Amino acid sequence: MSKYTEDDLREELKTKEYEYGFYTDIESDTFPIGLNEDIVKAISLKKGEPQWMTDWRLEAFKAWKEMIEPEWANVSYVKPDFQGISYYSAPNSKPKYDSLDEVDPELLATFAKLGISLDEQKKLSGVAMDVVVDSVSVATTFKKTLGEKGIIFCSISEAIKEYPELVKKYIGSVVPQRDNFYAALNSAVFSDGSFCYIPKGVRCPMELSTYFRINQAGTGQFERTLVIADEGSYVSYLEGCTAPSRDENQLHAAVVELIALDNAEIKYSTVQNWYPGNAEGKGGVYNFVTKRGICEKNAKISWTQVETGSAITWKYPSCILKGDNSVGEFYSIAVTNNFQQADTGTKMIHLGKNTKSTIISKGISAGKSQNSYRGLVKISPNADNARNFSQCDSLLMGNDCGAHTFPYIEAKNKTAKIEHEATTSKIGEDQIFYCNQRGISTEKAIALIVNGFSKDVLNKLPMEFAVEAKKLLEISLEGSVG
Amino acid sequence: MLKIKNLHASIDDNGVLKSILKGINLEIKAGEVHAIMGPNGSGKSTLASVVAGKEEFEVTKGTVLFNDEDIEDLAAEERAHKGIFLSFQYPVEIPGVSVTNFMKTAINETRKAKGLEEMPAKEMLKLIREKSELLEIDRKFLSRSLNEGFSGGEKKRNEIFQMAMLEPKLAILDETDSGLDIDALRIVANGVNKLKSKDNAVLVITHYQRLLEYIVPDFVHVLLDGRIVKSGGKELAHELEEKGYDWIKEEVNA
Ligand SMILES: Nc1ncnc2c1ncn2[C@@H]1O[C@H](COP(=O)(O)OP(=O)(O)OP(=O)(O)O)[C@@H](O)[C@H]1O
Ligand SMILES: [Mg+2]
Repeated sequence: MSKYTEDDLREELKTKEYEYGFYTDIESDTFPIGLNEDIVKAISLKKGEPQWMTDWRLEAFKAWKEMIEPEWANVSYVKPDFQGISYYSAPNSKPKYDSLDEVDPELLATFAKLGISLDEQKKLSGVAMDVVVDSVSVATTFKKTLGEKGIIFCSISEAIKEYPELVKKYIGSVVPQRDNFYAALNSAVFSDGSFCYIPKGVRCPMELSTYFRINQAGTGQFERTLVIADEGSYVSYLEGCTAPSRDENQLHAAVVELIALDNAEIKYSTVQNWYPGNAEGKGGVYNFVTKRGICEKNAKISWTQVETGSAITWKYPSCILKGDNSVGEFYSIAVTNNFQQADTGTKMIHLGKNTKSTIISKGISAGKSQNSYRGLVKISPNADNARNFSQCDSLLMGNDCGAHTFPYIEAKNKTAKIEHEATTSKIGEDQIFYCNQRGISTEKAIALIVNGFSKDVLNKLPMEFAVEAKKLLEISLEGSVG
Repeated sequence: MLKIKNLHASIDDNGVLKSILKGINLEIKAGEVHAIMGPNGSGKSTLASVVAGKEEFEVTKGTVLFNDEDIEDLAAEERAHKGIFLSFQYPVEIPGVSVTNFMKTAINETRKAKGLEEMPAKEMLKLIREKSELLEIDRKFLSRSLNEGFSGGEKKRNEIFQMAMLEPKLAILDETDSGLDIDALRIVANGVNKLKSKDNAVLVITHYQRLLEYIVPDFVHVLLDGRIVKSGGKELAHELEEKGYDWIKEEVNA
C-alpha cells in the first residue's frame, strides 16, 4: 500500500463537484430501520456509554414520542417517515489515528470525491480537524498541540467517556431534550459529533474545524456538538459540510450547544453545502438544526453561516444573552436555487443588562426557490439598555422565486433600543449590462453582484472559509439566469 | 474602425415597438475623434447602447461593422473584448464590489477571452497606480463600492479611469462632461487625450462645446430624431452652442 500523505489528500480535495454523486462501499455496521426504546438503548450500548447517558437519551425519546413535527415554518415538503430510517451507521473499523497516513485509503478516496475543498487553503499548521464520517469520528489531528494548552477537542462519544463531568454538566443545558421535535429526536439518537473545551484564559491558537458527512443511504445524521469556552477563553470553530447526492431525501437533525462563560468568546462559522436536490426538485437533504449558545457576563458569541445546500433548511442559530454586557451576533448568507426552501434566522434573547445583539441576514433566491428570514429579538424586563440592530436584505433573481421576512420583536423593557432595516432588491438588467460592457459575462456578473451583496457577511468568515464560500455562492447560482 | 450603415433600432415600450434610430450612417476611422451633439431624446445614448450591444434594443435594419466585422450577433461582453468601451451617461451602482475588484475582474475576463493568463497581481497594482495617478484619483476611492454614493463627477471620472485601465480601441463617451467641475473636466479630458493614438478612436457625446475645446474633434455630427442631419468640423459645435438647434430643425424641415 503506497503511503497516502495529508498533502496528497489535500491535493485530491481541491476539486468539488456534486455532479457525480457517488456511494462508497465502506462496510457499514447499520441498524435496522425504525425507532423505539430498544433502538435508543442499543445505540447507547453500541457506543459503550455510561448509564446516565442512556437514561438521558431515553428521557429524550419519551419526550419526542409525545411531540409533533412543527409546521409553522414557511416550507412545504413530504414529512420524513421516522420509522423508515436507520438510526445508526458506523464505518466498520474505527480505530483512532494520530495521522491520516494510517487511515483506510478508501475512506480517504471518499473524502477526495466529496471534495472537501474547504481544506484547500488550510495549512497543516493551522487547522486541526475532527472528521466525522457517517456520524463516527475516524481521524483527529493536532490533538497534541491542543492538549498542551489543555484544550479538549474530540468526538462527543469520547468526551462522554473521558470527560463525563463536563458533558453531564453542559449537555442539554442550552438546548434541553424537549426543546423541540428535532432536538428531542437528536437527543435520543445522536450518533456522534464534536466536543470542545477551552480552559480558563486560553486563547485557542488555531481554528477548530469539523467536517460532517452523510454517506449512507437512508441513515439520518444526528450530530451533537458541544463547545464550552471557560472564563476568559477564546475559540473559533469552523463547521463545513458536503454530502453525496442521492435521490431519496436524507434527514439531518443536528444540535449544537455553545457555552461562553464569563468574558469568553466563541466564533462559530458554518458553510453548509449539502445536496440541494436536482434541478427538478428531486432529492436533497432535509436540514433541521437547532443551534443555540448561552453567554455569561461579558461573553460574546458570533454565529456566521453560509447556507447554500439542502432541499429544506430549518435553522435558527440563537444566543441567550444571560450575562450583563454580553454580546450576540448572527451573520448569515442563505442561497436558494431551483426548488430549495430555506427558513432560517436567529433568536436573540436579551436577559442581562447592557446586552447587545447584531443580526445581518442576506438572502439570495433564484429559480423557483423560497427563502425566508425568521428572527426573534426578545428583551426581557430586566434587560436594561439592551440594544439590537437587525438588517435583512434579500436579493431576487428572476420572477419565480420568493423572499420573505418574518421579524418578531418582543420588548418588555422600555430602555431597549431596537433597530430593524430590511431591503429587497433584484439584480438589474442595467447592472448586468454595465458588467457585460466591461467584458464580464452574465454568469460572472451575477457572481460578482452576489458576492458584493453578501460582503458584510463574507467578511466575518475566517479567510480560508471566505474564499471557499465565494466559490460556493458562484456554484450554487450556476445556471440561475439564462 | 467603426462603420454604421443605415442603422434602425427600436425598443419595446410596454408592448409597443418604438422606433428610436431611424437610419444612422457614420464612419469613424482609427486616429479620429468624432463628436455627436443633439437635443435631449434624439437618440444619442441609444446609439451608444446599440453599438455596445445592449439587447433591449432591437436592430431592425442596417449594420454595424467593427474593424470590418459585422458585430450584430456578438454579445456585449464580446464586443468589449474586441475593444469597444462605453463611458455611461448614468453609471450603475454595484454595492459591495470595490472599484479595484471590479476592474480586476473586467481585465482578467477580457484576458481570459483572449486566451491569456490572468494579470499578475503586481502588474495589476502597477497599472492601477499608474492610471489612478493619470486621473488624479485618490487610492482610497478605489476600495469603495463601485459608484455607490459617488458624486456625479466622481462617477464620470471613474468611468474614464476604467477606460484608461482597459485601453479600448473605440471609446464612446456619453456625456462624460456633465457633472464634472472645471478642474475635473480638464483632468478627465487630459486623461482621454493621453490615451489617444493613431490606432484608436473616440466618439464623444456631449451637449456643450466646452469639452470639445479639450478633446478636439475631427468631426461633429448633429443627431436629430434618430438621424444624423448635419456633419461638420469643430466649428459646428461653436455654432450650435451659439444658436441652438432650431435652425437645424428648420433646415431639415425645409
Ligand atoms: N428603455 C426605453 N423605453 C422606452 N423609451 C426609451 C427607452 N430608452 C430610450 N427611450 C427613448 O428613446 C429616445 C432616445 O433616448 P436617448 O436616451 O437615446 O436620448 P439622448 O439623445 O441620449 O438624450 P439625452 O440628451 O437626454 O441624454 C427618448 O425618447 C427615450 O425616451
Ligand atoms: Mg443620453
